[in-house]
Amino acid sequence: MDNEAAFDKFKECAVEVLQVPSEKVTMDARFAEDLDADSLDLVELVMALEEAFDVTVEESELEDIETVGQAFELVTSKL
Amino acid sequence: MSPAPSDTATSGRVVLVTGGSRGIGAACAAWFLANGDRVAVTFRGEAAPVAPPGAAQRFLAVRCDVTEPAQVEAAYGEIEARWGPVEVLVSNAGITKDTLVLRMGEDAWHEVIETNLTGGFRVAKRAVAKMLRLHRGRIVFVSSVGAFVGLPGQANYAASKAGLVGMARALAREVASRQITVNVVAPGVVDTDMTGALGKTRVGELEAMVPLGRVGLPADVAAVVGFLASDGAAYVTGTVVPVDGGLGMGL
Ligand SMILES: NC(=O)c1ccc[n+]([C@@H]2O[C@H](COP(=O)([O-])OP(=O)(O)OC[C@H]3O[C@@H](n4cnc5c(N)ncnc54)[C@H](OP(=O)(O)O)[C@@H]3O)[C@@H](O)[C@H]2O)c1
Repeated sequence: MDNEAAFDKFKECAVEVLQVPSEKVTMDARFAEDLDADSLDLVELVMALEEAFDVTVEESELEDIETVGQAFELVTSKL
Repeated sequence: MSPAPSDTATSGRVVLVTGGSRGIGAACAAWFLANGDRVAVTFRGEAAPVAPPGAAQRFLAVRCDVTEPAQVEAAYGEIEARWGPVEVLVSNAGITKDTLVLRMGEDAWHEVIETNLTGGFRVAKRAVAKMLRLHRGRIVFVSSVGAFVGLPGQANYAASKAGLVGMARALAREVASRQITVNVVAPGVVDTDMTGALGKTRVGELEAMVPLGRVGLPADVAAVVGFLASDGAAYVTGTVVPVDGGLGMGL
């Protein structure tokens, strides 16, 4: 899967879970400030991403994640 | 998995009652059916519980032992395939294995904790996963007055039922932002098979301690569970409601 296809898939998950328009899901969008996502939203998103990308993300890895780009990198680093 | 039959109901909230085959769980199922909801109950035995007259399209019996994660998953799968996600969960399945601590083997301890507490965790966790998306949901755990008064012979049971209260409150906070409420009912002495096992004399003694002067009926408990799952209880979460004829006076 190339990077663009992976990001499309990531976006799909984010749009569905966070219920935001897809144009808001950009690499530097911040979850809390720009996407109005709280910690529960993030857990839900991670669960959706784990399923979509068939990866496992540890709780501790989420601690410093603030932007879409960081989350995307975390997931794709596991592919 | 068989596809949803065309004669199944398409309206009414989707309710799951664990341990709905008899006793308090069966009374809860009847309450929700009378309320117009669609009700799934779990059972373990040979014979599946049958729908009350006229409610066949809104009733589903799913085989499920709450101590078996795969069966819990399968039960939810079956309900979701037919009706969609569970909106109201009544976690009621429970057992007793009474004996004094000195004689209580670790197996009797684990079996009761596994069924009453871990089983509750298991079914609630699975329900919450879908309720979060719905941005609504009601969870009611059936605890016991025994959690607070600690009857002799019930160390395992009291621990499991007190554990439900702590779990319910932690969960209530976790999901509150999604308008999902989590509450607990604590029945006193209720006329079911579970109480029957205590024997007439013991039940008589307990009954004599009840200010309202009678043992409870399963329907007494169901009415309070139904209320906690209703719109009228939208602003109630993390609480414990005793349904005990005054036995614990609010404990
Ligand atoms: N009766 C009372 O005085 C009283 C007082 C306080 C609290 N409670 C609580 O109320 C709840 C219901 O009790 P009840 O009096 O109605 O008892 P009951 O008549 O003995 O019914 C127990 C129900 O739980 C189910 N169950 C037991 N273990 C299960 C398992 N591993 N997986 C799935 N289902 C299981 C049983 O299913 P099967 O038919 O398959 O066995 C049955 O439907 C229990 O949690 C109990 O602790 C009862």
